[in-house]
Formats: sequence, structure tokens, C-alpha cells
Amino acid sequence: MNFFASPIWQTTNYTELSSPVIALVGNPNAGKSSLFNQLTGLRQKTGNFPGVTVDKKFGTWSIDAQTVATVVDLPGVYSIYPKSLDEQLVTDILANPDHADYPDVAIVVVDASNLHRNLLLFTQVADLKVPVILALNMLDVAHKQAKEVNAVKLAMRLGVPVVRINARTGEGLDSLKKAVTSQIQEPTLPGKLFFDPADEAPDLIADTRQQYGLDNNYLALQYVIQHDGFTFLNRQQQIGLDALIDKHQFNEQTFQAGETITRYKRIAAIVTETMTNQRPIGQPTWSQKLDHVLLHPVWGYAIFGFILLLIFQAIFAWAQPFMDAIDTGVAWLNGQLKESMPAGPLTDLLTDGVLAGVGGILVFIPQIAFLFLLVSLLEESGYMSRVMVIMDRIMRKFGLNGRSVVPLISGVACAVPAIMATRSIGTRRDRLITILVTPLMSCSARLPIYTILIALVVPSHRVLGVFNLQGLALMGLYLLGLASALLAAYILKLFLRTKERSYFIMELPTFKMPRWNHVGLAVWESVRSFVWEAGRVILAISVILWVLASYGPGDAMNQAEARVRQQNPSLATDQLQNQIASERLEASYAGVFGHFIEPTIRPLGYDWKIGIALLSSFAAREVFVGTMATIYSIGDGADDEGVTVRERLQQERNPKTGGPMYTPALAWSLLIFYVFAMMCMSTLAATQRETKSWKWPGVQLLYMMSLAYLAAFATYQFLK
Amino acid sequence: MSKRSVADLKIGERATIQSFENQVMSLKLLEMGCLPGAEVCLCGKAPLGDPICLDVSGYCLALRKSEAATIFVD
Repeated sequence: MNFFASPIWQTTNYTELSSPVIALVGNPNAGKSSLFNQLTGLRQKTGNFPGVTVDKKFGTWSIDAQTVATVVDLPGVYSIYPKSLDEQLVTDILANPDHADYPDVAIVVVDASNLHRNLLLFTQVADLKVPVILALNMLDVAHKQAKEVNAVKLAMRLGVPVVRINARTGEGLDSLKKAVTSQIQEPTLPGKLFFDPADEAPDLIADTRQQYGLDNNYLALQYVIQHDGFTFLNRQQQIGLDALIDKHQFNEQTFQAGETITRYKRIAAIVTETMTNQRPIGQPTWSQKLDHVLLHPVWGYAIFGFILLLIFQAIFAWAQPFMDAIDTGVAWLNGQLKESMPAGPLTDLLTDGVLAGVGGILVFIPQIAFLFLLVSLLEESGYMSRVMVIMDRIMRKFGLNGRSVVPLISGVACAVPAIMATRSIGTRRDRLITILVTPLMSCSARLPIYTILIALVVPSHRVLGVFNLQGLALMGLYLLGLASALLAAYILKLFLRTKERSYFIMELPTFKMPRWNHVGLAVWESVRSFVWEAGRVILAISVILWVLASYGPGDAMNQAEARVRQQNPSLATDQLQNQIASERLEASYAGVFGHFIEPTIRPLGYDWKIGIALLSSFAAREVFVGTMATIYSIGDGADDEGVTVRERLQQERNPKTGGPMYTPALAWSLLIFYVFAMMCMSTLAATQRETKSWKWPGVQLLYMMSLAYLAAFATYQFLK
Repeated sequence: MSKRSVADLKIGERATIQSFENQVMSLKLLEMGCLPGAEVCLCGKAPLGDPICLDVSGYCLALRKSEAATIFVD
């Protein structure tokens, strides 16, 4: 038979299947994302906590010479009934054969060490009549727990192909390829449904099938129960289903509970036949032993606190040598360019404009790399879900949820992915509050600002022999961000009332050795996107700013220079050059803008130069440091080869007092301003997208900006 | 005697699930393997006593005490 089947498939009407769609479905932590990486080689992150696959991910997998499949990685779910927004996607695709991503084959990845619970989803997907393959993963873990699964027997009992794989090492992928190929050519479907809703509600199912032209009882049941969430049904169709429910007096919840119980009963029978379990009852696994310590009333928080401290120590102290090296390197390059290139506007643009702006960003690569290295280690190992558990009780008090911890911690890197990660929070109010307060967490774009200002005003002393005072100051700012996020959440909780019950039900995955290639890729991705995405904006703004700062309205700049020369005929050349440069900047377009907003920021202690930096960083706060670098290198006269941004700020004098411009009062006022200020267009866009309204980004912008202004005002007036 | 729930268990104590108090909550719990007749063991608590960790159906499930209180045991 095969002899004939194969050429027919290749030559006749099946040729359109040469680019089939393959969906990866499975419980969270079943190894789905690892398999995705193995199949596609397209790199993406795999977390060890529920909800990391926020969006569906695509990749290509060449199965053979004629077949290149599109692989879709769907979010991890426990059943076909969604409980949060990210889970909705799975049902939306699998229940709608007209969907662009409807798979030709669904690979259901199953954790063999927890066969029982994993099979629930599998039987539901199979009942939707999607051609399925069961990929039996984590057999090594099951083996360690003295559980052995008989794959052949399982395949016979389930009526579908079962393939043994190891998603971490890539074992079994050849068999998976063969199974996919034959499932595409001649789909093997189970003879009958695992759970046939027509057994319980025959009339309703018959009516639904007839009215909606469906040929599958289980799909008909999904129409009945889930029609409100099905985006592919129009209003008319949804109302029609409501009418059917009324007509048959159907109770969805009772029915769904009954379905789950019946399925588990049948699954239990299958598992007993196909799996041997010689695990002694009550013997704790090493994961459980570890949990005793990590969830301990004292040790649990102590360890979490220590880990946080370690992260800040790494960001500040360990990253310092690397940062110094980059900083000096950029300054040296700047000096070399100025020496070797002919003097003129082009050289100035390249050195004072481009290199100063970009150098201000490159220097923060070590800190961002360290931050992401540690955060992805926590995710990979499975510790992050323990953090959710120990934090849930505290978070709840503030109208948040244990699951809010992941967005909040991710917010330390960047608020945009963090806001997207809130989709795994099932309760709507918890999710909205998390979205609104996440940008108060200090993101990596604030880090450059913090670093440079702290270095200016906080001495680099050691405290208790280990901790650097600057590191502690940095940690203080992060804690301030966290505290204000919690406080804001608490206030929002009072305003946003809901009848919906908040809940927290979560699997605690077993601890795993981090996969170093995944960690490395996470670090590389974050550094690349920071340098590339932020770098482009900063580069563009640096150039624009250089132009604005180098040219002024009419003859104003030349007049300023002439005035200085006239008033100070006896000044030494160096000082004269500085004075001229400063006056020219003040007369430039940028200077005019800065002066224009100076009255509003004067109470915070800022002058027109800082005003320029504030304005230019309004759309993206990371531009601030680049702007400062550009402004001060222009305003600093000609003789500035090999001087770093920090040194430039240190040398800056206050024209009124004659003392240093960057006093502790000013630096702290700026720091506090940037802790609270909502200066990021991308975040506002993400909030708009996720809440599907303009109201919430508006609320976010308004409350954070007011907070920033008031807090900076208070800080400056208090410290001055 | 009032019904005992999973929230009343002591650490290390085993019990068998009887029924649920709240239907909406029970749908989520059933899918996670908390079935009537299934044996559960309270294997740990978060530092503030809430949420709690259950050993059920061969894995560890974390849930709030208020949710655990909707699961009645014998």
C-alpha cells in the first residue's frame, strides 16, 4: 500500500501540503518550547514558569526535501477551556478550521512524569478531530521517579501515534518527523470520541450540529460553552447559541465539571494499563526538599532578599570594570578622531554628536547583560514560580496577584514585555492594576541615568565590608520604584471595584538545571535589542540635538561669541574657549527651547541645559544620558579629548554660585524624577494595545508625571 | 460537625477529596487534577501560611487558602 500511496501524494492534489502547519500544544512546563527550539532552530526563550510563551511563536522546520513545515508554538494550557487571555488563543485556533494557523497536525507534548494530568488536554485536542501526535517527553524524569511508560500500549489505547522524545537533548526527532509525515499523508484519527457530549445532551448537540453545519459532537459542545469567546462567530451566531442553551435548559458549568471528571476517569484506566509506578508513596523528591527551604517563613524571604541584593551588586559593582573599559575606550576613540580628522562641522557631528550619544549607551551593556543573566537564570531554574508563591499573600494586599511578580520583575528590564506578560493573569482587575503600575518599576533604560547621577554624588565607600555604597543607593532607587508601584496598586484597588473573584492556582514545576544556551540567548537578545532598538532612537536624537545645539536663530550665536570676546579680553585661551562655547550653546536653538521651559522646572532645581535633556527624552527616557553627553561636550569648549561623560558633568559649574552644578540636591531631584516619570512612548503604546482603550494609557501618563513632578519638587526643596 | 476542607489540613496530612463548595472554582481545580476521590497531601505552606502547596495527582499545586477552603475532604 505504501508503495503506491507515496508517489500519489507527491504528484496529485496533495502537493499544497508541502508547507503544512504544525501546532505545538501542551501543558506549561511540558517542554513545548524546548521542542520548538529543537525543531526550528529559531531561537526564543523558554521559561520554567507558566505563561512565558505570551504570544504564539512561528518557525520553519524542514521535514524532507519537499516539505517545509510552519511550526506554531502555542501558549501552555491545562485544558481547552481558557482561563486567561493568553490561553484563549489556543481554543481560538483549534476550534476554528478556517483559522490561518489551523494545524494540519498538532503535536501534543506530554510530560511523562505527570501523564495523568497531561492527558486531559490531549484527549480534548484529539476530540476536536485535529490530527494529533502525542510526543512523550521527560521520560528521564519519569524514570528517576520509578515510573515507566509503555509507549506502544499507549498508542494502541489512544488510537494515535505516540513518539518518545527528549526535547532537551533532541532525541527522537527522527521518529517525530516520520510520524508527522505519515499523519499528513494518511491521518490516523481515534475511532470514537474520548468523551462524547451527545451521551449526556443528545438534543442540544444535534440541534447545534444542524444549525451550524458541524460534523463533530465535541466541536458542537465547544460552540455551546465557549461561544462568547470565539472571535470567529458573529453576533448573530452567538445569540443563536444563547437561544439553544435556553431552549435545552443547559447548565454549562455542571456539564463542564462532568466532562472533566469523566475524562479523568477514562484517563486513569488508560494510565493504569500503560504505566508502571514503583515510586514509594510519601517519599519526598529533591524538589520538595528544596521547597522546604525556599518557602520557609524565615529562609524563604531571606533567600529572596539575598538574591535581589546579589542582582544589584552585580549590576553596580561587578559590571563597573567593564563599564569603565568601554567608557575610556569611547573617550579615547573620540580623541583619536578629533586629532586625525580635519577640523570642521563633519568631525564635530561625528564626535560630539554621534559618538558622544552612542557611547553613552554602549557603556550600559555590561549592566544589562548582568541583569538579564541573573533574571533568566531564575526563570530557567523554576525559582521564579516559588517567588510567586511567597509573594502572593503580600501582593494580594495591594490588589495584585502572585502572578504579578513576573511582570514586576520583568519590568526591571523593560516594561513593554512585562505588560505583555500580564496576559497570564486570569483576573481582569488584577491584570489591569498590574499593567498600570508596572512602569513604576525601574527599567533598564533608567539604569544609565541612575548610574551616572549616583556616581556623581554618592561616594564609592564600602559598607559592612561587602556592599558598595553606590550599589546600595541604586538598590534604594529600585526599592522606591517597587514601593511606589505597590502603593499605586493599593490606591487603584480602592477605585476599581469588581465582583469577579481573584484567584491564584498554579503548578509548582520541579527544579531544573538551567539550559545555558537558553540563558545565553536571553542575554544576547536583550543586549542586542537594547543597543539596536534604543540605539537607533538615541542616534537619531543625538544628531538632531547636535544640529539644534550647533546652530541658532539668525546671527545670535556669533553675536554671543563676539560679546564674550569683548567682555573678557584678558581671559586665558582655555577659559575663554569654554566661556564662548557655553554662550554659543545658550544662543542656539536647543538653548532657546531649554530657556523656554526653564520656569516650569526651576522649582525642581533644573536649569535650561537639563531642560533640553528632559524634552529630548520625553518619548524615550534612555535618550537622557546621550543628550547630556552631547550638550556638555558641545558646551565644554574645544579641548576635551579623552574626557568621559561623568567627568564632564563633574566639571560643570553653576554660573550663579560658582560651585559644582551637580549638587546632591539637584542629582537626587533628577533621580527621583526619573524613578516616577512616564517617559516612554513604547510603554504607553503597549498599555493601549493590552487594555484596548486610550483611557488607561492616559491615566498612566497623568498619574506618573504628576507623581514625578511633585516628588522631585519635594526632594529638591528638602535637600537644597 | 462542619465539613473539613483542604485549608484545615496540617502539613504532611493526607485526605481524600469529597466535593466542592463553589462551582466556578471547582472547574479550575478539577482540570488541575483535584478530583473527587483523589488523595491530596498538604506538603507545604508559603511563609505567611498562605498560599499552600498540595501534593495532588503526582505534582505540586500552589493555591490560596480561600480556594483550598472550597475543597471538602473526608
